[in-house]
Amino acid sequence: MLRLPAFEFHQPSTLEEAFALLGSAAPSVRLVAGGTDLWPNMKRRHQKAETVVSLMKIDELRGIQTTNGNGNGPSLSIGAITLLDDIVRSSEVRERFPALSRATASISSPPLRNMATLGGNLCLDTRCTYYNQTEEWRRSIDYCLKEEGTVCWVAPGSPTCWAHSASDTAPMLAAIEATVVLQSPGELREISVSELFHNDGIEYLTIQPGEVLTRIDLPGSSSAKHCRTAFWKLRRRGSIDFAVLSVAVALWLDGAGTVEKANIVLGAVASRPLAVPNAARALVGQKPNIGAVRNAARAARRAATPMDNTDFKTQWRGLMVERYAEAAMCEAMDLPHQLPSPPHV
Amino acid sequence: MASEPARKSAPTRDPRERTDFDGRYVGKPFRRVDGRAKVTGQTLFADDLSFPRMCFMRLVRSTVPHALIKQVDFSKASEIEGFLGSLTGADTPEPFGILPVSQDEHALCPDKVRMVGDPVAAVAAVTEDAAIEAALAVEVEYQELATIASVEEALATPEPRIHDYPKEGGNVHKAVSMEFGQVGEALAGADLVLDDLFFYEGNTHLPMEQHAAVAVPEDTDRITLYSSTQTPHYVHRALAKVLGLPPSRIRVVACSNGGGFGGKSDPFNHEIAAAKMALELGRPVKITLTREEVFYCHRGRHPVLMSMKTGFAQDGTILGQHLKTALDGGAYGSYGVASTYYTGALQTVTYKLPAYRFDGVRTFTNKAPCGPKRGHGTPQPRFGWEVQLDKAAEKLGLDPAELRLKNLEEAGRTTANWLKLGTTGLERCLRAVVEGSGWKKRRGKLPEGRGLGLACGSYLCGAGLPIYWNHMPQSGVQILLDRAGSVAVYCGEAEIGQGSDSVLAAITAEVLGVELADIRLCVADTGFTPVDLGSYSSRVTLMAGNAALEAAERARELLAQAVAEHLEIDKDRLVFSDNRVFDAGEPDTGLSFREACIAAEAKFGTLSTVGSYIPPRSPGKYRGAGVGPSPTYSYSASVIEVEVDVETGLYRPIHVWIAHDIGRSLNPVLVLGQVEGSVYMGLGEAMMEEQAYRRLPAKYSSSLVHKHPSMLEYKSPTFLEMPPVTSYLIEDPDPEGPYGAKEVGQGPLLPIMPALANAIHDAVGVRIDQVPIHPHMILRALAAKKTGRPARFGPAGFPQVDFGGTLHVPTPDQGGDGRSIDDYRHKLRSGMRSASGTMTTREEALQKHGKLTTD
Amino acid sequence: MPNALSAFTSLLIEVNGERRAVSFPTHHTLLEVLREECALTGTKHGCELGECGTCAVLVDGRPVLSCLVLAAEMEGKRIETVEGLTDGNELHPLQAALADLGAAQCGYCTPGILMAAKALLDEEPEADRKRIEQALAGNLCRCTGYHKIVQGIEWAAARMRGEDVAAPADVLYGAPEPGSPGPPDSSSSETTERQDG
Ligand SMILES: Cc1cc2nc3c(=O)[nH]c(=O)nc-3n(C[C@H](O)[C@H](O)[C@H](O)COP(=O)(O)OP(=O)(O)OC[C@H]3O[C@@H](n4cnc5c(N)ncnc54)[C@H](O)[C@@H]3O)c2cc1C
Ligand code: SF4
Ligand code: FES
Ligand code: FES
Repeated sequence: MLRLPAFEFHQPSTLEEAFALLGSAAPSVRLVAGGTDLWPNMKRRHQKAETVVSLMKIDELRGIQTTNGNGNGPSLSIGAITLLDDIVRSSEVRERFPALSRATASISSPPLRNMATLGGNLCLDTRCTYYNQTEEWRRSIDYCLKEEGTVCWVAPGSPTCWAHSASDTAPMLAAIEATVVLQSPGELREISVSELFHNDGIEYLTIQPGEVLTRIDLPGSSSAKHCRTAFWKLRRRGSIDFAVLSVAVALWLDGAGTVEKANIVLGAVASRPLAVPNAARALVGQKPNIGAVRNAARAARRAATPMDNTDFKTQWRGLMVERYAEAAMCEAMDLPHQLPSPPHV
Repeated sequence: MASEPARKSAPTRDPRERTDFDGRYVGKPFRRVDGRAKVTGQTLFADDLSFPRMCFMRLVRSTVPHALIKQVDFSKASEIEGFLGSLTGADTPEPFGILPVSQDEHALCPDKVRMVGDPVAAVAAVTEDAAIEAALAVEVEYQELATIASVEEALATPEPRIHDYPKEGGNVHKAVSMEFGQVGEALAGADLVLDDLFFYEGNTHLPMEQHAAVAVPEDTDRITLYSSTQTPHYVHRALAKVLGLPPSRIRVVACSNGGGFGGKSDPFNHEIAAAKMALELGRPVKITLTREEVFYCHRGRHPVLMSMKTGFAQDGTILGQHLKTALDGGAYGSYGVASTYYTGALQTVTYKLPAYRFDGVRTFTNKAPCGPKRGHGTPQPRFGWEVQLDKAAEKLGLDPAELRLKNLEEAGRTTANWLKLGTTGLERCLRAVVEGSGWKKRRGKLPEGRGLGLACGSYLCGAGLPIYWNHMPQSGVQILLDRAGSVAVYCGEAEIGQGSDSVLAAITAEVLGVELADIRLCVADTGFTPVDLGSYSSRVTLMAGNAALEAAERARELLAQAVAEHLEIDKDRLVFSDNRVFDAGEPDTGLSFREACIAAEAKFGTLSTVGSYIPPRSPGKYRGAGVGPSPTYSYSASVIEVEVDVETGLYRPIHVWIAHDIGRSLNPVLVLGQVEGSVYMGLGEAMMEEQAYRRLPAKYSSSLVHKHPSMLEYKSPTFLEMPPVTSYLIEDPDPEGPYGAKEVGQGPLLPIMPALANAIHDAVGVRIDQVPIHPHMILRALAAKKTGRPARFGPAGFPQVDFGGTLHVPTPDQGGDGRSIDDYRHKLRSGMRSASGTMTTREEALQKHGKLTTD
Repeated sequence: MPNALSAFTSLLIEVNGERRAVSFPTHHTLLEVLREECALTGTKHGCELGECGTCAVLVDGRPVLSCLVLAAEMEGKRIETVEGLTDGNELHPLQAALADLGAAQCGYCTPGILMAAKALLDEEPEADRKRIEQALAGNLCRCTGYHKIVQGIEWAAARMRGEDVAAPADVLYGAPEPGSPGPPDSSSSETTERQDG
């Protein structure tokens, strides 16, 4: 049986206690929420910690609240340790941002969504088939750049790691322009979801040591009302599997049905959720029409760099970026499209 | 001439008599005898066992694909608290292997590793935590050797050798070549000759249970091993050999298997190492493999490249075929010699094939060893054959179903390669799926992107010959009755989920007229149960079932004699039913079953009977004729409807119709479970499962690793991928089977992969000549079609292979006698090293040419 | 690096309505503690990485993967495992249905499947086939091809709703061979052995 290595484990019930533990146990300390990413990584030993601090007993971090928002009318604020399944069950989330609900529902499997948290999903480690392997397996390739090794096997000669961002909520939250709150002792900063990430497989988060992601704020109702969303995810099986590609679309239409603003964000094709401004630009100022969608989809394909570090043939995944982007944008614009629905819908 | 082994299968009555038998259990969907234990968590799998003073073992596995072991250093490991002991290859120098000709594995590698995952050392500790840490702390120094990753590389790289056998040198493990009839003539006279290349990627069993074993020493030279194995008998043999103990001091108990599918039918290094460690430490030792290690045990489907050249007459009659197969065997022999033959052997049992040539080669590579997976060696050529028939039908302007019906083999015939067929339900299977799917009305008329595909298959009901040729039964059953009226059934068969325990219990209950609840089973325990060779080659229902039938009928006879005497009536008038033994004419006159046992025990003393089974002799006498014969064959046909998206190549099966010739369902609901499970596994193989390897850029690394040894990345379909299935059970009782039953565990998998490929062709007009079928292949083939190139995705060539001298065997139609015309010459040349030739053939040859010596 | 023995946790955990005191190394998962400390080996494991669903148990009524939760997190939680499903000696309708339809072949995935199915039916007694497939999509089974499992859950659901239904004939005997007289009659549920367990 694959087992965890030994570590000290703390379950503080307040943020202050958590900060104190983080401070005293550094450097070999890690936060855990649902553990569905950290525990497998520690069992495979590509993430290590002598001390693990759990956030799950800090009640103030749990739950979905309606707040007054940021001037955009009442908005939803989701505590970092809110379970994914509770987000899927939330009718408020579903009504305002149906595609966020769908993206969350597409994560792994039903039992996993009863354990995994939204904060953990955003902070999820980047993935690569040379990395998400056991200690013994990685020894047989002399490890890799991301952990203990010197070569990136996906792109030997590359000075950086190309492990991909595999979070399904991150591209969707970035597309609807959600923000996150990061807290450290005596400090609180609020940044957009897209500012949370670097495009680097190793240093993929902009969170500082000692910071805790405490909540995720969705845009207020006035923004939500005009926002049309879509989320398409490509993977081998309808459950359990990570995305090998996801497309998150958010469009804001004016009264006349013209696209005022658009965000197209791709998942799993870069080390961060990859916004494609060129695709967005192709839609803005347009009424829903397939020509604009096709132009935007081509832009999405040009922006994506799928690497050979996950399921399916790399080149085919590149082709799929265009197909899936097209389907997702059509869905958001209520245009008919041909692609068979992905199994999770 | 060697004495003919007595055929002991003959049950006391002609089994045909009871093929339409309507019993209390036979033919009824009764709850399996282990059903309650399995839904309450009471079934004990090997990892669930625990013994006083038990400690835990881990294997240190090679991290390099091919190397000499220079040094193993335990100094850091032994400092870990809880460390108890270690072993290296020096402690287990004796080799073992499932086949007598391939004794090429070691419990721990003594000098050389042949793949990533080969066991180099073992460590034991008080807790599994400590054993894990200790194993990670063991330092091994290697001297690396060049690696071989494919058949092509193996053929082109005679040195370094992965094994120092066979004596021809190089990295070819086995080459065979045989011709039945005149294939050259048949092809020359054909109106249509199709020459196709197919590739079938390797895949693995992925049983949900990871292998586990617990070794419990009972003295310095006596031990019991509990293990998740399908073949306790062969584990027993291997343990005795490596431990150097008399087999009588070793007991192997197969626990309930959490799935096997052929993946637990070799003796494994971890089982032997655990036993050795337990004897060394003098305390019970448990090892539970991780999922990754299960991928290294493997023994799954061989990657097979095929070249298939077949001639047809204008009216669709099949005239002859030349099949070449190249198997990527992995690092060890395993069942590989048999697997090689199996890629050719069953090509003849579905459609009449008057002339047939088969050339096969298996090479070693530095990857986990391949072996028997559900359908052992036959799904690969079956895929090619059924796809090729679809192509032929198209070329000849025939309906694919009609083409098959026209060429069907017939019950009781002997095929060109000397396989004697039993009943053949294939025609009814075909008609059922054609009818059920609306084939005639719907095929070709579905909207763009939708298609129907058809394919058939056939499988053994138990291999005709045992692995070690001998005169003993392949299956034995003992029944013990006592004055409590209880019935204890002892049999060596192993329950791996297929329901074999229920088959034994039901047959016994049926014959003795008692209820299932009155029967206790003791199975798969080499210390107590008569030998059954194991749960492989779909042999248990037929072989253990016949043995149980014989033992039960003998028990019934004893009881009948005693009761007849007691009641003073003729024993032929007695009926065994409802826990009573009574006069057929006067049902009130009788004894309870318990009273009957008391009467019989008083008359005869302690009551015990035995039954055993040896399959009928096969008519084939040529070298290699040992692979393929079976008491009878099961048949299946399937139609699959698929939906394909031409923009992406993504597709999904929408519905599967499958008909299986079961002979007679002993328990239809369990039979359906096997059919649906086979469809599932077939779809997994067709759509996504692959045991894929990857090399790193040679400039930086010599590594050769399994691409994704995990449940997440080895793709096994979930509830959501499984389409609706309509199953037809075709009953045509076979005289060889108990109550007419045939196998169902493997056969229904065979038509699935080709039916899917054929359906995709019907949907979008492209041929995918390999599995698994990935969406990018469909897109590539569609793109080729657009530019006028062949609308196909598949392998491009077959390597140059020296298959050795061809054995020529005249067919039954040519008046042959089952021998090859060049047997003697061939034996001289090849040194008679194969275990697959029948012993009789060798003995005959030896007698005829007295000067020859055997191996 | 902490040694495997350096940190341990003692707690009262409640499994199947029974509270017990257990002590274990802090890094041990619920799976390990159930199997090794509580001798509840009914919960199985197939990957220990959250990829197969075999280890599913219920925590406060919701299915979770016991290989990815620490037992140390279980204070005050209600844990249910396969061993707690029977009511005395009486099988839960899900258990009876899966046993009768041969939906537990090797039986290794069965405990996880039963727990996921129980959580579903407790919450959605009317769950239809699609819901059943979605709710169970995290549980792999290599033996059955899933059909007998889905049919068993549907059957159990109907019986839990108080409907007195027998398993359909095609579930027990297969589809009637086209052109043949049809399957044996299975109108009553007596055709299967001991429905109730
Ligand atoms: C089989 C399998 C399939 C999966 N499939 C998917 C999928 O399809 N899509 C997908 O998106 N994910 C998937 N995941 C990944 C993972 O389960 C989810 O992303 C999950 O949401 C992670 O949440 P968690 O609470 O369990 O994270 P944890 O494991 O607890 O934490 C993940 C990381 O984030 C850090 N962290 C957690 N919370 C915070 C916080 N509040 N502040 C700062 N840092 C924090 C932790 O230190 C850790 O490094 C899968 C995982 C598995 C095992
Ligand atoms: S992308 Fe390169 S460096 Fe990053 S995890 Fe994969 S192999 Fe390692
Ligand atoms: S063992 Fe927990 S999900 Fe596989
Ligand atoms: S019954 Fe064997 S894995 Fe499901």
